[in-house]
Amino acid sequence: MIRVQEQDFDVGREIEKLKSGNHEIGAIVTFTGTVRSHDEPDALASMHLEHYPGMTENELKRIEAEAQERWPLQASLIIHRYGTLYPGDNIVLVVTASKHRGAAFESAEFLMDYLKTNAPFWKKEMRESGENWVEERASDQDSEERWKQSGVAE
Amino acid sequence: MKLLYFAWIREKTGREQEDIDLPQNVVTVNDLISWQKQRGPEFEDAFAQSDLVRVAINQTHVQHSESLEGAQEVAFFPPVTGG
Repeated sequence: MIRVQEQDFDVGREIEKLKSGNHEIGAIVTFTGTVRSHDEPDALASMHLEHYPGMTENELKRIEAEAQERWPLQASLIIHRYGTLYPGDNIVLVVTASKHRGAAFESAEFLMDYLKTNAPFWKKEMRESGENWVEERASDQDSEERWKQSGVAE
Repeated sequence: MKLLYFAWIREKTGREQEDIDLPQNVVTVNDLISWQKQRGPEFEDAFAQSDLVRVAINQTHVQHSESLEGAQEVAFFPPVTGG
């Protein structure tokens, strides 16, 4: 399941909903990405997340379907927020559920790595010194790339 | 054809979207980027570093070498930075 929303999410409630009624699940992994402040004197005041409505949902569904194909998952969830966010706020939630932990751990990391390099979101940071668009990190490309060779856990 | 712009490409071109009839000789994404560059100083600026311009056709990521055949919606944006 995927959701793109402006409002916050409750991690505990999302886990409960995902596992409710499914007793095949033996492992649940969650990743929460949050807005990180930066060191003074140029601290982050807020962040604006822009996205491409329509394509964002398509990309998240495509990425989730790929994870479902590569790992034996019982359930999965991606929530990504947009709009204005402040230090400490939640940005993204990935939850994966499987019979055993290997698939849940690996697929959660895979989902985040693919989301980082494919989902059409852009972050703009508002700092004391002014505004700037966040630039892509080469390490994010590398993180995605490694999944193109590596195997799959059962 | 519907053209969309996001993030700093939207800010530099000064538009979010537009409907455009493209000249016959614009057949690939590369052609479309070259055509954009000659539309005025704001477009020249937005598309100057074309290696930083990512493109989606009908909401799917494509390379600059891709053909525009069948394209109803073409979006231009910088490398994505979500997550």
